[in-house]
Formats: sequence, structure tokens, C-alpha cells
Amino acid sequence: MSVEYEVVIGLEVHAQLATESKIFCDCSTEFGAAPNTHVCPVCLGLPGTLPVLNKKVLEYAIMAGLALNCEISEYSKFDRKNYFYPDLPKAYQISQFDLPICEHGSIEIETEEGKKEIGITRIHMEEDAGKLIHEGSIDKSTGSLVDYNRTGVPLIEIVSEPDMRTPAEARAYLTQLKKVLEYLEVSDCNMEEGSLRCDANVSIRPVGQKEFGTKAELKNMNSFKAVEKALEYEVERQKIVLGRGDEVVQETRTWDDSLNKTISMRGKEEAHDYRYFPEPDLVPMEVDKEWVKELSDSLPELPVEKMKRFVTAYGLPQYDAEVLTDTKALAELFEEGVTAYDDPKGVSNWIMGDFLRLVKEENIAVEESKLSGELLGKMLQLMDAGTISSKIAKTVFKEMFKTGKDPETIVEEKGLKQISDESKIEEIVDQVISDNPEAVEDIKSGKGKAIGFLVGQVMKETRGKANPGMVNQLLRDKLMD
Amino acid sequence: MELYDLTIHELKERLVDQEISVTEVLNTFYERIDQVDDSVRAYVSLTRDEAYQRAGEDLTGSLAGIPLAIKDNMSTEGIKTTCSSNILNNYRPPYDATVVKKLKEAGAIMLGKANMDEFAMGSSTENSGFFKTHNPWNLDHAPGGSSGGSAAAVAAGEAAGALGSDTGGSIRQPAAYCGVVGLKPTYGNVSRYGLVAFASSLDQIGPITKDVKDSAILLNAITGHDPMDSTSVKIDKPDYTEFIKEDVKGLKIGLPEEYFSLEINSEVKESVLTAVKKMEEAGAIVEEVSLPSAEYALAAYYIIAPAEASSNLARYDGVRYGFRSEQASNVSEMFTTTRNQGFGDEVKRRIMLGTYVLSSGYYDAYYLKAQKVRTLIKEDFDKLFKEYDLLISPTTPTTAFKLGEMSDPLEMYQMDIFTVPINIAGIPAISLPSGFDSAGLPIGLQIMGPHFGEGKILQAAYTLEQLLNIKDKRAKVEVSK
Ligand SMILES: [Zn+2]
Repeated sequence: MSVEYEVVIGLEVHAQLATESKIFCDCSTEFGAAPNTHVCPVCLGLPGTLPVLNKKVLEYAIMAGLALNCEISEYSKFDRKNYFYPDLPKAYQISQFDLPICEHGSIEIETEEGKKEIGITRIHMEEDAGKLIHEGSIDKSTGSLVDYNRTGVPLIEIVSEPDMRTPAEARAYLTQLKKVLEYLEVSDCNMEEGSLRCDANVSIRPVGQKEFGTKAELKNMNSFKAVEKALEYEVERQKIVLGRGDEVVQETRTWDDSLNKTISMRGKEEAHDYRYFPEPDLVPMEVDKEWVKELSDSLPELPVEKMKRFVTAYGLPQYDAEVLTDTKALAELFEEGVTAYDDPKGVSNWIMGDFLRLVKEENIAVEESKLSGELLGKMLQLMDAGTISSKIAKTVFKEMFKTGKDPETIVEEKGLKQISDESKIEEIVDQVISDNPEAVEDIKSGKGKAIGFLVGQVMKETRGKANPGMVNQLLRDKLMD
Repeated sequence: MELYDLTIHELKERLVDQEISVTEVLNTFYERIDQVDDSVRAYVSLTRDEAYQRAGEDLTGSLAGIPLAIKDNMSTEGIKTTCSSNILNNYRPPYDATVVKKLKEAGAIMLGKANMDEFAMGSSTENSGFFKTHNPWNLDHAPGGSSGGSAAAVAAGEAAGALGSDTGGSIRQPAAYCGVVGLKPTYGNVSRYGLVAFASSLDQIGPITKDVKDSAILLNAITGHDPMDSTSVKIDKPDYTEFIKEDVKGLKIGLPEEYFSLEINSEVKESVLTAVKKMEEAGAIVEEVSLPSAEYALAAYYIIAPAEASSNLARYDGVRYGFRSEQASNVSEMFTTTRNQGFGDEVKRRIMLGTYVLSSGYYDAYYLKAQKVRTLIKEDFDKLFKEYDLLISPTTPTTAFKLGEMSDPLEMYQMDIFTVPINIAGIPAISLPSGFDSAGLPIGLQIMGPHFGEGKILQAAYTLEQLLNIKDKRAKVEVSK
């Protein structure tokens, strides 16, 4: 008899805040600088130095909290989390323990069964640690090098409630969370550069049981796909463990992308006592209500609201609105396009079609393309004016995407202007008629379809520039009546 | 009187009148140091070259040309800052502490770095990791601690004035033992940036001088809000030398009965009460008051201070600077052996104590409780200062004990019984000589005031100093060679 299990997943997401300077000093947060060049006595934790909070960090954390429907604490403080590690200069991390800046929030995700609300337990601010590079493998290393550029880089940790029931839900949660943070522009959420990191707590329990099962903590998942895969693997693993009558061990496991499995991280098993206590070098924060109100009023439109507005204001199908609001950049491109050319569905078609195909082909981010909504609008106007055909438009569009050139300039430079001069077209039509007696015969004998072949020949002759309407009309006039 | 016996304001007059040059002043002090420091051992390092180089500059400011000793826990750019600990015996900070910067701006010259109890933990300077300092009044006796080097340097004429730091009495107790004036300012009145932290919420830098006026002059130079220290308070900076012009007529002074009913040396008690009598005769209103929570201050202190210290001292792990043990085969062993070999017994004792009181399961019983006691003590003082301008007590229960005499750490901790409550409450207090015991050792009297009541304290201390007429008495150091 097999037991049916319910999966319980909670996520802890670390997002690097997009501030220019670190959380407690003036050092730059820029990614990729030479090791130990973005450091100062404060972030190196030299004896005698003191932290001073970067107000922008507090602002961004509050904005994230507001966007995730959290309560913003009026009174909040920093604490020290004590542990020894060579990449942690002070041997304690300044973090928030019992009084985080934001609590009790939620986020709506899309699941197979429809919408679902995932609780956000808390959001707190903290400083990042440095990076340790081992010479050779970690256990046989003859030496280790430390880069402290990252120390003091501001992070928020967003802790969810254990509300997710499938790995797919976890992925949906992450996707939605990333979207919100990107829309707020409080984090660039770049997983490869480590500005978005995710740990997962996963356990299973027999359906109907109230108590949680023993959980495993999963680390080192560096893409959304990895998170989903790791969770899927871990759920199966735990089912097998329980299925054979064993118990799941509470432990930290790491996801190995190449082996496609989670591996127990031995040595990190002993329970840590971080000896948290209030950071005496920083005064507690009393967050001004007025300020929170100001921040709340100035929050940008968030993905869900924007999506809903795209449906109602522009009459777009739900599907279009969802695709277009996937990133802020895409939504902005669309709205720019609509401003320049008043046909939302037309603009949407081009963006969802040619634009996204090119983005995918070129493997670039939406922001990296040279296309603007204004250019797209101009191109659509050229089509309306009959200056270019829809076929030519595809060529123009590709060129705009790559170069950002004005569509008129492109048409001019490449000689793509549509031929609408009737006498000129007639000349070519006549030529095609005399060159294709069989097709002409077919048409005269009632096979109307053959006219398409002749239109194609004319277009070929004019390299697509002939006004297709005119070509059609002329051929019909000459061959059918 | 020799040149080295002069106070800061007396030296200043002569420098301004060009009776003497800065170089002559330096010559005098370094000659004196050469003469007596083999016996007193006040300095851990001398900065002769830098000092003479400074003397050649165009020095301006309130302390132009005044030679000072700086306790070796204040960061000095490029100059060894050891905290009298082997773990930092080769550490040269790349930056100046704010107080050092301010003294430089005021034209002062640093003679050298003064010896101290290791990381400012102790009440005798016997816990220095390098050597003991001797009391200039009697070389067999301790100078007190932890700013014993600073106090001894001033008392022996080896510096015109000095900076010390006070976590539980570390300025006032050695000042009392060495017969000089020591002022612990209000927490937040002097920047801690660059002061190597012992217990962040208690530490405060202050002047050690030959008389009260000098104390006001040095305090003027070092106070003020520092953007690098978020616990430093933004208030208008008064001119503290203005206060000493006032007398004590009508000033309401309280004598905490709990302080006087303790078992204290009768000569100390008598001397302090005689001094108080003189203030009464000069027009002060003196009444017995009660400070019921004071008896818990020491217990709270020996929980809070080690807790913070255990965290503050965690950064000395041999990774980036200071001493690193060679006897280690991996990172965790390196941490352990470095710290084991680098720290002295008293420091280790407090780190262990602090680690214990912060550990989970004990936090509530010790640390949290101590913080509650702290609040009660603050409230007790606040209540008293609503009615009284100042409080007076002995600075220490006895005069300077003999070196080596205090073998029990718990007995040593008792030496701070009158000074500790001040740090717990964050209020200011001064110690000045009220007389001498039958052995010729100085007796210290402590005047305590409300938050930012330094002015009133200096006013009363100055009046008392005039009434007692012992301010020109100097230690006759037995010159060994
Ligand atoms: Zn920095």
C-alpha cells in the first residue's frame, strides 16, 4: 500500500540591492572589479572602524516590502550574527534578527490550478561576505585567496512561508518575485553574477498530516531551472527514504548541476549557534511613516497591475498582456510603440512576433536591442502609407533591431521603397504575362489560383517592392473579366 | 617647576608668547621620557621622528605644539596600534581615528602610544601583553587601568596630556591612582571611529590631564558629531572652558549613600567627604541620595562588556593582519591557534564569558537580563538628575594597590564598582585628586553629571580644584639611572 505525500516548500531568496555604494561604507558595488579594489577600512572590518547605514538600502528594502504587501516596521534594528569564516572580515555579519524591516507579506502566483497566494514571512537587510578562492580542491588546497570586494554589498533576504506544494510552484514564485524586484529596480536580479540567490527548504508529509516532515535545506542552485530540478530530485529522494521505512535526516544539501542530484554537505551538519545580539555600533531605526507613505505613492506599477491594465486599457488578449509585461523593458517598449502608433494589437503582434524571435535568436536581453517603440511606430506608419509592404517591413524591422536606424533611412539606403507607379508595374506585369503562357492559360480556363503564381513572379522581379494590391488588380484586369 | 610639569594651558601661554619653541618643548618631554620611562614604562612606542617632523610644520589651532600621549587602542595611520596585545603587535592601521585627526587639526603633537591593559581589559595595566606600567607616585604600585600608560605618562611628566578610553572606569580609575584628572564624556559626545572596540555600547574616549582646565581644553578638541560614527550625537558644541568660570553656589549635589556605605578605605572616604564639605562651604547644597540599582551595575557590566567584546574581538583570526600562528594545518586550526597564542589570559577569560552569555539557551537569562538592569540603572540616574545637578562619590574604593597584589580577577573587578554605573548609563563623570593617603598615594573623587552635563561637571571640578589647592603637586619619580 503506497502512501500519498504532500510536498512542503519554503524559499529563502537573497537579492543584491542595486545601490551604487555598499551598505555601511562608500565603496562601490560594481561587479567584476579586480580583487580587493573596492574595499576600505570599514568593509574590511579593520579594528576601530564603524558601520554607517546607507539610507538607500533602507529605502530599497522598504520598497520591496511595500511591493510584496508587507507591513513596514516602524522600529527596526540591526543585529550581529557571529561565526568564523575567512571571507567574513569581522567574524560577524551585520544582519537583522528579531525585528526585520518588513513582515507579513504575500505574492500572487499563477499555478496550473489558477492563482495562488504565497506568504512572505519577512524581508530583512544584511551585508554580504567576501569570496574565497581555493588553490586546487577545497579539501587539499595549499592556500586560499580572499576577495573582499563583495563584503558589505547590500542584500535583502526574502523568506517565504512554506506555502509551495510543487517544484513548479516554487519556480513560479521565484519568477514572480524576480519580476517584482526588477520592476522596482531595487535589484538587477542577475543570477549569474550572484545578485539573486535562492535556498530552499523542502519536506514531505503524508497527505492529511498536520506536522511538517523533517526538512532538507538545498543550496547552490544557480538558475530557476536548477531550483525546480533540485526540488524535484529532492522530493523523489525523500519519498524513497520514507518509502523504505527510513527517516529523512535534517541536513544541508547542495545541488550538483552536472550530476543532476542533491548531495549532502557533510561538515556543515553541526548546529550553528550564531549568538545573535543587537549591533551596538548602529542606532536602531525609527522609520518615518510619512517617508513610507511617500515611497508607497512613488512605487512604479507592478507586473500584475500592469498586465491587468494592458487588457483593459488596450483591449489586448490576456496572453499578450502577460507576455508583454514579462519584463519592465518589454512593457515599456510596447507602451512607447502604442504612443507612436495607435493600434495596440498591431504593436503587440510585432513585439511578440518578430521582436521576441530576434531577441531569442541573438540571445540578448530586451534592453540590449536597438529598437525603440517610436521606431516601431514609424515603421507601421510607413506600411499604412504604402511606402513599404508587410514583407519589406520584416527586413526593415530586423535592421532597426540591430542598428536603431530610422525606418525611413533604412528604406532609403537599401532602396526598399514600394513601387506604386502603375505604369512601371504594368510594364513588369506585361512582361510576366508573356513569359508565362501556361499560367495565363490556366487562369483563362478558370483556375483562379494560378494568379498567385504570377503575383509571385512580379514580386520576384521587383524584389518584393511592388505594391501587392496593384499587382493583383492589374493581373485581374488583364486576364480575368 | 620644570617645563614638563606644566599644564597644557601653561605650555600654551609660553608657546604663544614665544618664550619657548615647539622643538624645545619636544626636547624637554623626550628627555624626561628618556630619564624616567625605563622605570615608569608608560609607552609602548614612541613616535619621535614623526613628532619632530610635526614640530617643523606651521602648527595652528587650540593645541598647537602641545605634546600628548595616545592610548594604543586609537588608530594612528602608519603607526603601530597594538592594544598592548601580541595579536596586534605588528599592526599599522591605514587610517587615523577621528580623535587623532581632530588632535592633529588642533595642532597637537603625538609623543607616542601609551601602554594599556590588553584590549582595555583590566584595572591595573598589568594585563598588557608586553609589560607592566608603574605608578609614578610609587613604582611598586599599579597605575590602574586600562589607560594606565596614559595616566602614568601625564603624572610622570612624560606628556602634557593624554587620551584614554573608558569602558567601565578605564580613564577615571587610573587618573585617581595617578593623581591626575580623567574625564569620561557622555556616550556619543566623542567619536569612537578608530577606537579599537572593547565593548561598543560602553566605550568612550576622554582626556587625562594635569588639571581641570586642561581637561576642558582637550575635550573641546575632540568632541563633535562624526558622520563616520552613527552613535555620535548631533548637538551644538559648547566651549567647555567657558564653564569653569562659574562657581558652585546653589549647585545641588547628591551623595549616593550606597556608595559611601560600602566597605571602602577610610582615608579615601574621609578625603572625599572633606572635599565635599569644602564645596558645601563654597555654597553648594549637598544631600544624601539613594541609587538603589547601583549594586547590580557591576554584574550587568560583566555580562554586557564581555558579550560585546567576544564579538568585537572575533576579527583577530590571523587572516588579514596581526599575528598568525604558524602551527596550523587548516583554516580552522589557524583561527584557534592564532587566538590561543595571541590573546592573554584576561582577554580569553572575557571572550569565553561573553560567548557563554550570548549562546542560545543562556541569552535570556544573562544578556537580556543585564540589558534590563541597564535600563533600570539609567532610570535611577535620570530620576536623580531631575533633582540634583551632580553626584559625588569616591572614584575607587582604595588607593593604588601594589603590582601583583591582585591575583583574583573577581577582586580586581571590584575596583571599578563606582565607575562602572556611569558607563552603563552612558553619562559623563570626572575623577580629580582630592588628597593623598598616609602612604602618599593620590585619592580620586568622582563627579557625575547628566547626559551632556560635562560643562557642569567641569565647573564643579574646577571650583573644587581651586578649593583643595593640590593641583601643582607632582609625582616625584624615582629615576633609576
Ligand atoms: Zn568599504
